[in-house]
Amino acid sequence: MPLLKIEKVTHRFAGLCAVSDFNLAVEPHELIGVIGPNGAGKTTVFNLITGVYRASEGSIKLEGQELVGKTPHQITKLGIARTFQNIRLFKELSVLDNVRTAHYGRIHYTPAEALLQIGRFRAEEKRITHQALDLLAIFKLDEMAGEKAKNLPYGLQRRLEIARALATEPKLLLLDEPAAGMNPNEIIQLMDFIRWIRKTFSVTIILIEHQMRLVMGICERLVVLDFGATIATGLPVEIQNNPKVLEAYLGEEVAV
Amino acid sequence: MAKIKSIYENVMSRWQALTDFKFFWPLFMITGIAFCMAASTYEFIDLYVQLILIYVGINIILTVSLNLINGYMGEFSVGHAGFMAVGAYVASLLTVHVFPPGAQNLFFPLAILAGGLAAALIGFLVAIPSFKTRGDYLAIVTLAFCMIVKSVLENIDAIGGPRGLLGMEKLTTLPWVFFWTALSVWVIRNLVYSNFGRGVLSIREDEIASDLMSVNTRQVKIIAFVVSSFFAGIAGGLFAHALQFINPRMFDIIKSTDILIMVYLGGIASIAGSIIGAVIYTILLEILRPLGVWRMVFMPLMLVLLMIYRPRGIMGLKEARMFTPLRDLVTEKLWRQKKKEAGDASP
Repeated sequence: MPLLKIEKVTHRFAGLCAVSDFNLAVEPHELIGVIGPNGAGKTTVFNLITGVYRASEGSIKLEGQELVGKTPHQITKLGIARTFQNIRLFKELSVLDNVRTAHYGRIHYTPAEALLQIGRFRAEEKRITHQALDLLAIFKLDEMAGEKAKNLPYGLQRRLEIARALATEPKLLLLDEPAAGMNPNEIIQLMDFIRWIRKTFSVTIILIEHQMRLVMGICERLVVLDFGATIATGLPVEIQNNPKVLEAYLGEEVAV
Repeated sequence: MAKIKSIYENVMSRWQALTDFKFFWPLFMITGIAFCMAASTYEFIDLYVQLILIYVGINIILTVSLNLINGYMGEFSVGHAGFMAVGAYVASLLTVHVFPPGAQNLFFPLAILAGGLAAALIGFLVAIPSFKTRGDYLAIVTLAFCMIVKSVLENIDAIGGPRGLLGMEKLTTLPWVFFWTALSVWVIRNLVYSNFGRGVLSIREDEIASDLMSVNTRQVKIIAFVVSSFFAGIAGGLFAHALQFINPRMFDIIKSTDILIMVYLGGIASIAGSIIGAVIYTILLEILRPLGVWRMVFMPLMLVLLMIYRPRGIMGLKEARMFTPLRDLVTEKLWRQKKKEAGDASP
């Protein structure tokens, strides 16, 4: 059974069809790339999966469970986490609290216990602090646990955002342009990093990317969007030689 | 200088360890109330000073509770005076008309609690539609709410209409004000430093990201709003029984503005800031009383200067160490020790 099954999903913004008839089946442990020119509807697809937008038509299922109509926090609890194109960290909060916030849905004490500081409160707080620090250590961010997120350099902010997403213990990780603002050297490192995340946390990854070098390098399967329509799917090699794709998107890029 | 600093550090870390102690809050409450009782019985605190302390306490409750919405959560509510009015009227009607005149002292806490609960209920009803959308919507809804409360109260003759309500005994005493003030600070401090508090803060920072990090943003917002209006109602009840007279005009938008000034003067998202703001504002208004109407010129001027030089208020986004829990630091220290030991064992 596929982990994520998207069937005939269409989304309209008051007449404008942002995504039309989108289909995708993701097997566990796959690494899939969604590419396409600006405004093709890639981020809209992510927003539909995570429940930020509600699909006008069609169904999205995670392990057989319907996601359309659920709120983002419910979907996150079911096991989907994401990062954002323009980093959306909790800037004024500490690095540690950024990660601890991601534990919100999986904490086992009631507000009353927190109020009276009794029962499971102390033990649970200790547990999530330890878990958050462990995760930060894996990402080599533990030395900055007390620092405000906004004070981190750009690259570390991207890394923290991925760590925060993984703290929700997702089965499916959605990365929205992880290579934005990186130079070719950093992109090569990022490729290794993404492979390593998939292995270490055994997650399935879908990523949106503009950088051809990155998607062609690590993705096992690609989906190409243009004006909301899926114009091609297949292996990176097939996509590279697909005339439709070349026309819509790669035409200019390849020539450069 | 360095010595003073090290003494300060020492005292503060001891204080933090003390506040983490299980029975600290009950003990603190009992000692404080006992002290206040002694103070009002033996009058070793001047009666005038006691009266000012009562108003300072009420303002602290209002400021701390509004700070939960406007500071910690980053929404903008201007309806605090409306909730205060609900609490004031419910509590006063109970003490004047319902509870037996002979046992007022006994029933007073119940009346205050009822005022708080009524305000919380109204807060819940206001919160449900207000938080369906994002952004400035709440400011408009709460502004409207404030006006509605005022005109409803003005048009019910049974509770005095525009003339207001009289006949409350002077039941608000220093011990009671201390109790409710300490309770409000304690509740909000413990909520802020918990899972719920991280939810509240993350909503301020980025609501969409917060929702996508599994925070039930709508629920968090409604709970925060209900808690905040509960304490506004409590403050209203105390206010009514300190002044022994209320009328609807006392709870108009000007009163809300007063509370907003205290929040932004002291500093957003800070309990220490709320207390400082309430204390400075109340005492300054009292000191400037001889200036008459002119003090109303001084306060806005102070606010303008503050916004220019410290736009986030005196303590803006910073918390005094005495209100922060020690447990995070302890846990982190333990974790680092463990990590170091593990590192030494397998190099």
